[in-house]
Amino acid sequence: MRLNLTVNGEQRETDGVWEGESLLYVLRERLGLPGSKNACEQGECGSCSVYLDGILVCSCLVLAGQAEGSEVVTVEAVSGDSGLHPVQEAFVEAGAVQCGFCTPGFVVATHDLLRRNPEPSEAEVREALAGNLCRCTGYEKILDAVRRAAARGEDAPR
Amino acid sequence: MVELNFARVRPEAVMDLTRVPELREWGTENGRLRVGAGITYTRVIRELGDRLPGLAMASRTVGSPQIRNRGTVGGNLGTASPAGDALPPLYVSDAEVELASVEGTRRVPVAEFVKAPKRTATNPEELISAFLVPEAGGPQQYAKIGPRNAMVIAVCSLGLAVHPERKEVCACIGSAGPTPIRACEAEDFIRGVIEEEGLWESRGELAEAALGRFGELVSEAARPISDVRGTAAYRTHAVGVLARRTLGWAWNEYRGGI
Repeated sequence: MRLNLTVNGEQRETDGVWEGESLLYVLRERLGLPGSKNACEQGECGSCSVYLDGILVCSCLVLAGQAEGSEVVTVEAVSGDSGLHPVQEAFVEAGAVQCGFCTPGFVVATHDLLRRNPEPSEAEVREALAGNLCRCTGYEKILDAVRRAAARGEDAPR
Repeated sequence: MVELNFARVRPEAVMDLTRVPELREWGTENGRLRVGAGITYTRVIRELGDRLPGLAMASRTVGSPQIRNRGTVGGNLGTASPAGDALPPLYVSDAEVELASVEGTRRVPVAEFVKAPKRTATNPEELISAFLVPEAGGPQQYAKIGPRNAMVIAVCSLGLAVHPERKEVCACIGSAGPTPIRACEAEDFIRGVIEEEGLWESRGELAEAALGRFGELVSEAARPISDVRGTAAYRTHAVGVLARRTLGWAWNEYRGGI
């Protein structure tokens, strides 16, 4: 099957997509965007989080065909031409990255939280990130990074 | 989708219904809400939280933000898992499920729609198009037990609705039986207590003993199995605790304080 979609603002077309394939597989293996990670393949870990038409989703749970004609934004587009996004800067500064595997998912989920709710409470932060797992268990620093990004108060570009 | 990812199923065809706009709409029909099967949990919480507080509470316990952005009440109905979080709130409000096919549409009470674990009354040519449910006429509650707050399949759960308009309290057990189970004896018992003491009118307190007995009767209605998530004995005990607590919270709300 042929798939047409907009990824990070660019019109992309890919052929030979198997009908049972996930959007995550298409992003990583066909479009060369390995930022979204492939871990649990069942929506448990959040490491494949992307925006699908502006909504935060696990790309492993989206059938590729469902994204036909849609607009997908991945972690690769969170940073702009001017460098890291404030959320990413906060993760670096807080030391919220250990092995780094969960980081892209956390960055996208934090980005989504702060654009919806620029001043989240502690409970709201925990709830918003509840679908992302860090197997290094570096949650305290991740929460520090989110607080740091929120305190900076800069609106997300998208 | 998980089963596809894990190569457990290889369906001959897959149909995407997410772009059918009619499935994503909700509105009122003869005094009831008609909610399209494709409405996500996120939208239930945001758009229907005031009209269907019990269903919204249950929706908040589903998965994670990412999952609630995609998952739908229609999907929960179609899966018909005994642990489906949206089901007890629909049972206690006597919801109906609308099934559509080229032959027309029919509506089935939710308790008849769910036949057995993962089995529904849907015929092969039908799809779940909507559910119909009255707006809450009184306080509603949903409580769920699991090892953490997010990404948890219920060990057991309880949906409860106080219906002042028909002077009834309804309770439904989740994840402690082959299907959700209405606790009819507990419902009859508490209706009797409230009526006898004139509590609908006085909005007086429900005695601790009555709450306790209500919990015991809910426990007696459970028909759980032991599995990886919990033992039958634990589930039996825990649904009683949930019933006692949720009734206490809902009744306090009815009394005007929280």
